[in-house]
Amino acid sequence: MKYTLAVLVENRPGVLTHISGLISRRAFNIESITAGSTEEPDMTRITLVVDAENEDELEQVVNQLDKLVYVIKIVNLTKVDSINRDMALIKVRALPESRSDIVDIVSIFRAKIVDVHPETMVIELTGEEDKIDALSEVLKDHGIVEIVRTGKIALSRSPVAAKNN
Amino acid sequence: MLMNGAQALVKSLKSEGVDILFGYPGGAALTLYDALYDSGIRHILTRHEQGAAHAADGFARATGKVGVCISTSGPGATNLVTGIATAYMDSVPVVFITSQVATGLIGKDSFQEADITGITTPITKHNVLVKKPQDLLKCVKEAFYIARTGRPGPVLVDIPKDIFAAKMDFTYPETVKLKGYKPIFAGEKCKVSLVADALAQAKKPVFFIGGGINIAGVSEEFSRLIEKTGIPVTTSLMGMGGFPSDHRLNLGMLGMHGTYAANQAVTQCDLLIGVGVRFDDRVTGLVSRFAPNATVVHFDIDPAEINKNIKTDIRVVGDLNWSLSQLNSIITNPDISDWQCAVMKWKQERPLTFDEDTREIKPQSVIQEIDQLTDGNAIMVTDTGQHQMWTAQYYTFKKPRTLITSGGLGTMGFGLPAAIGAQLGCPDQLVWAISGDGSIMMNCQEIATAAEHNLPIKTAILNNKGLGMVRQWQRMFYQKRYSGSKHERGTDFAKLAEALGAKGITVKSAQELRPALEEAIKTPGPVFLDIWVSEDEDVLPMVPAGAALDEMIGG
Ligand SMILES: Cc1ncc(C[n+]2csc(CCOP(=O)(O)OP(=O)(O)O)c2C)c(N)n1
Repeated sequence: MKYTLAVLVENRPGVLTHISGLISRRAFNIESITAGSTEEPDMTRITLVVDAENEDELEQVVNQLDKLVYVIKIVNLTKVDSINRDMALIKVRALPESRSDIVDIVSIFRAKIVDVHPETMVIELTGEEDKIDALSEVLKDHGIVEIVRTGKIALSRSPVAAKNN
Repeated sequence: MLMNGAQALVKSLKSEGVDILFGYPGGAALTLYDALYDSGIRHILTRHEQGAAHAADGFARATGKVGVCISTSGPGATNLVTGIATAYMDSVPVVFITSQVATGLIGKDSFQEADITGITTPITKHNVLVKKPQDLLKCVKEAFYIARTGRPGPVLVDIPKDIFAAKMDFTYPETVKLKGYKPIFAGEKCKVSLVADALAQAKKPVFFIGGGINIAGVSEEFSRLIEKTGIPVTTSLMGMGGFPSDHRLNLGMLGMHGTYAANQAVTQCDLLIGVGVRFDDRVTGLVSRFAPNATVVHFDIDPAEINKNIKTDIRVVGDLNWSLSQLNSIITNPDISDWQCAVMKWKQERPLTFDEDTREIKPQSVIQEIDQLTDGNAIMVTDTGQHQMWTAQYYTFKKPRTLITSGGLGTMGFGLPAAIGAQLGCPDQLVWAISGDGSIMMNCQEIATAAEHNLPIKTAILNNKGLGMVRQWQRMFYQKRYSGSKHERGTDFAKLAEALGAKGITVKSAQELRPALEEAIKTPGPVFLDIWVSEDEDVLPMVPAGAALDEMIGG
């Protein structure tokens, strides 16, 4: 099963090496990892999607990560009411005759066309992961040139910040 | 007062109470060495950085203080790696200070540059590359704090050459501010009550203690618990000394080379209480058949140890000083006399044995003789191999921190340098190093260090003319195909010792053994005994790798 963890870390040099080093050394399965700045200047927030057999295995991941000196806090968002988002940029083949078809698809998915080239278009979509998967699937027929995704970020709906949780 | 970074570092070391450190100089470390020159801190120049790392580790294990080891950049730093990994696996507090090329040269494959923080990330509790002069003292303060608190471990601080030279004021931080690091002391009281309840109901309880007992220094509290309850005890290799080996309720070591009584007791118990252990595979054997009928209780300071290898029913996370005294204050006497009788019967009927011989020297008997001569009061430092197991099996450990051995990593070459560290940390104690003809060669250059400081370490090399432990496995599991495990041309270790400035004695027959050991103890300074022992002796009993604890061979 996939679990979503919010990992709050001190924004210090070496912190990402420590996190990625630990993940590989302990042979944890990570689906995605994203990191970025937060409301606190000295804090980085990492969203980890972990693939674990069960809660016990997940507990190992959490406990081992928590031992890292720069890890301030870990919140398991899997079962918390939260907003989950992934963003994708999809470059798709778009010759003049297929463009209108693609535009339709884009509007059905409430995606955006952010760049147009005589032969291709770049589509931006933000949403839950399966929505992006679905759009990619539909666009396949037109020929996908390349895709980039941010990996999942997640935020609870609760009024309390993860750091104060 | 303005000073350079190296001088400020040395002052910080003094503030941390450091009066001795182990190291080896080089280009990037010259400013640091210059600051050490008239600092009053004793610097022990080993003959190899690996020796310095193990010596700082041995010092820390014997004294309970933080060991300190310094080196130059590049090859100096990479030579520490085995030593760092050894300390990490056994939770030993050592601060490693490595020098780095100047900040402007980092990342350019400069001369003697190695990414030592990258290399040591998986084998340190924490590490840091100091990037700015103003971070230096904070990083040093944090390193000592992290190394010794919570579950201890090695911390590495990598310091670029220009930071040693940078001008700064000495303002050593008084406190540490680390948002993400809060070692715990007290845990949940209700969990301790659960343990007391489980104990009150148990018919067949057994304690399994590990290195945590020695590290936390809770032997006395633990002994009180045992005197009160009469529950039998077994130990891991790292737990030896945590509870007296000669205590009636001590069943000896558990696991691969454990005793019959210990392995039976754990297999049959209905309550297994692990204290400061990590349920290593050498201890558990086949996990699915480890303590199959037992409720498992786990006391440890590190929450990540719970459920890592063995599924735990009741966890008590916290410092053992807190949890064991809590338990002691609420525990009642369980009624376990039938169980005690059964366990005592196993212990009496199936003790550790070996076939004695009047001509050949049996390696086990060397340990027994040393045990008698020292009355179980020496600090025993071992290398890795059969001799290590025989030391654990046949020496009577009476006090904590008296078995110094590489348990987790099983590092050959650990023994002699670790003994040097232990002897320097405990100058008034008798230190014995037990080694093999394989292991001793892996850091034999340190004989020169021991000789230079005239350290009265007595080293017994159990010389079986090859790599005994490897040969045992080849004999048992590889149809005696002794591939690459024989020393075809032996080394004259007595001459080697003499060449490096120590006394050497060769012991070839059983009659010579006792007098030679006595002579070694009488002789001041380091003595190396090359003891020719039976070549094809097995360490028994043995639970083959991956088998269950009740599937023992021999014994
Ligand atoms: C650095 C290192 N290399 C290899 C091994 C694998 N190993 C474990 S025991 C052993 C043989 C040790 O021989 P010796 O020191 O003579 O001790 P004996 O087993 O004969 O008592 C070897 C090679 C190891 N533990 N450490």
